[in-house]
Amino acid sequence: MSNQFWMIWPDNVMASALILFVIAMPFLYAARKLVHELFRSVGYMIGGPLRLGARWLFATARDMKERNKVVLLAHGREETGQHIEREFERISALVTRDLEGYPALQRKLLEEITRVEEDYKKCGEVPPPPPDWVEAVTAISKVKSDTNEMVQRILEEIKRSVHSIHDKALGEYRRAYESRHKILNGFMPFWRSLDKTFGQVDKKLTGLQDTSSKIDAQMEKYEQINKKTDKAEHALTVSAFTQFAIATLVLLIAVGGALVNFKLIALPFSEMVGAGDYLTATLRMSDVAALVLIFLEATMGLFVMETARITHLFPLIANMNERMRRRMFWGAVVFLFVFASIEAGLALMRDMLSADRQALVQSLANSQAAPPDPLLRMIPTTAQMVLGFFLPFALAFVAIPLESFVYSLRTVGGAFVVMVIRVIGFVLRVLGNLVRQLSKVLIGIYDVTIVLPLLIERVVKAARAGDDGRESRPMKKAA
Amino acid sequence: MVKRLLLASLLGLSASTCTDQRGHTQAVYMLVDTSGTYAQEVGKAQRIVNYLLGTLQPGDSLAVARVKTRSFSEKDIIAKVTFDSRPSQANAQKRAFRDKIDAFVKTVGGSAYTDITGGLIQGGMYLNETGAGTKTILIFSDMQEELDKVTVRDFPINLKNIRVVALNVVKLKTDNIDPRRYMGRLEAWQKRVEGAGASEWVIINDIERLDSMLRS
Repeated sequence: MSNQFWMIWPDNVMASALILFVIAMPFLYAARKLVHELFRSVGYMIGGPLRLGARWLFATARDMKERNKVVLLAHGREETGQHIEREFERISALVTRDLEGYPALQRKLLEEITRVEEDYKKCGEVPPPPPDWVEAVTAISKVKSDTNEMVQRILEEIKRSVHSIHDKALGEYRRAYESRHKILNGFMPFWRSLDKTFGQVDKKLTGLQDTSSKIDAQMEKYEQINKKTDKAEHALTVSAFTQFAIATLVLLIAVGGALVNFKLIALPFSEMVGAGDYLTATLRMSDVAALVLIFLEATMGLFVMETARITHLFPLIANMNERMRRRMFWGAVVFLFVFASIEAGLALMRDMLSADRQALVQSLANSQAAPPDPLLRMIPTTAQMVLGFFLPFALAFVAIPLESFVYSLRTVGGAFVVMVIRVIGFVLRVLGNLVRQLSKVLIGIYDVTIVLPLLIERVVKAARAGDDGRESRPMKKAA
Repeated sequence: MVKRLLLASLLGLSASTCTDQRGHTQAVYMLVDTSGTYAQEVGKAQRIVNYLLGTLQPGDSLAVARVKTRSFSEKDIIAKVTFDSRPSQANAQKRAFRDKIDAFVKTVGGSAYTDITGGLIQGGMYLNETGAGTKTILIFSDMQEELDKVTVRDFPINLKNIRVVALNVVKLKTDNIDPRRYMGRLEAWQKRVEGAGASEWVIINDIERLDSMLRS
């Protein structure tokens, strides 16, 4: 019943609503300007701050992007500079090494060339030309001997002598060519040696050329970064994203390794610090102690990598003098070794505790299990100990992906924040426009509800305008 | 002033990092009915004790007491232990506990009456003393209480925040004739236990369900 108090016509909702609407219409018409103003004001009141907020967010995103660009380019410049420096160090080492050996190489080459030249000259020594008697023989051969027996006999004698001399000369020629062939055969090792030496020179020069081209590429990149081009920024951003993905993947693998490590030492730690003590609702003290040990190992590994100048996370360590740095390096290595030994011991202890628990459970179950094969018992024990010893060293290498992760996180995180700010800005802008448009729509709807008085108003206005027109026309005519 | 501030911050830090042992441990008090023919079931009770020994962790407490003519006495506790926080020591304690239970099982004899209420009161007192976070009374019985004329147990008891679990509630010959007797007996116990402020009343006849309950 209480819901029907407004009904003028009981049990007839439509008729009651219609009557009320008709009654309210003049009042609504009267309040038209005020309501329009109200809708407009509300639209501006809500939409204005939203649009302002959107503008501010877009400006912030722009500033942030600029800042990100500056940081990215600075980091890229530093990285490329280090790369170029390293390439120059490499080329310097290459040149020093090769130039040191170059005089010896040159001497060897000269000696071999001289030897080859001498042998070549020897090859050029030909046997003496045939003697002048060849011409005499030619003249004799022209003598006519058909009739004279004596001449024939002389000629035959001459022929025999010539044959024997020819054989002798031929033999000498053959010997001479044989000796030259021998000399030429002797060339072969020298040619091979020359070929090898030239091959070495070629290889070194190619290596030098490769390094130079790498430096050229890095220099070009450096120039692009210095010019702050979009291409350089894009390349550095893509590189940062790739680095971030790879570093995250490697860090996840490392986390897996750390979990295995944790499993190895958590149980034996409960033997040392007690298994019933809790730091928080779910965190046991023994688990915390195991985690602390793992974190300490990771920290020591980080120091080892820093002092070995593989990573550059701490400028203080990088700026240390050589002596101090070495001391710190060996200190960290010793700590790491001690932790690894402790872990190996804990892994052994874990195995013993597990075996003890297993024996207890079996005795409680009244089952007499066959004694395990000593070899089968030994393999997991040894494996656990080896794992316990080497996992800390493996964890030490986490410092490398961690460095990449930290540096790339700045770029990736910055880009992400810019994107989020832009999205929020866009949403605010859309909402601001929506509110403004909504106020206009509400004004329209309001006018639709009072369409009847508005029509009357228009008709009245038109009639008045007509009357005014008729009154003004005779006046104009009179004038 | 600086020293005071330092001291206060150190105290605050130590208080915030103070370790909490009691809240995470659990205490189990097991009542084993040795009256009449139910004494034959003691072998099953031994298996449950062994199961508990395999399940409970360092820092937890366990006590096993017998239910006989009058059970509200420390003398009825066959064995009790709070396991050391070191796993190796806890394992040694578990072995010793098992030996005590084995000896009890070999020498157990049936009693004339069954004072479950007395055992519950004793168990509640023991559990409250341990200060464990989770307290459980396991009643290994047919839940048929029989008291002599002198023993008085018809008064309200206090089992606040204690979980009560009835194990191996076998049906009696009379239950087979009229199952309503069995249902009525269990309902009466539920009413009494819940009226005593117990956090939960559970009937378990499958040991695997006991495992899931102890873990919860």
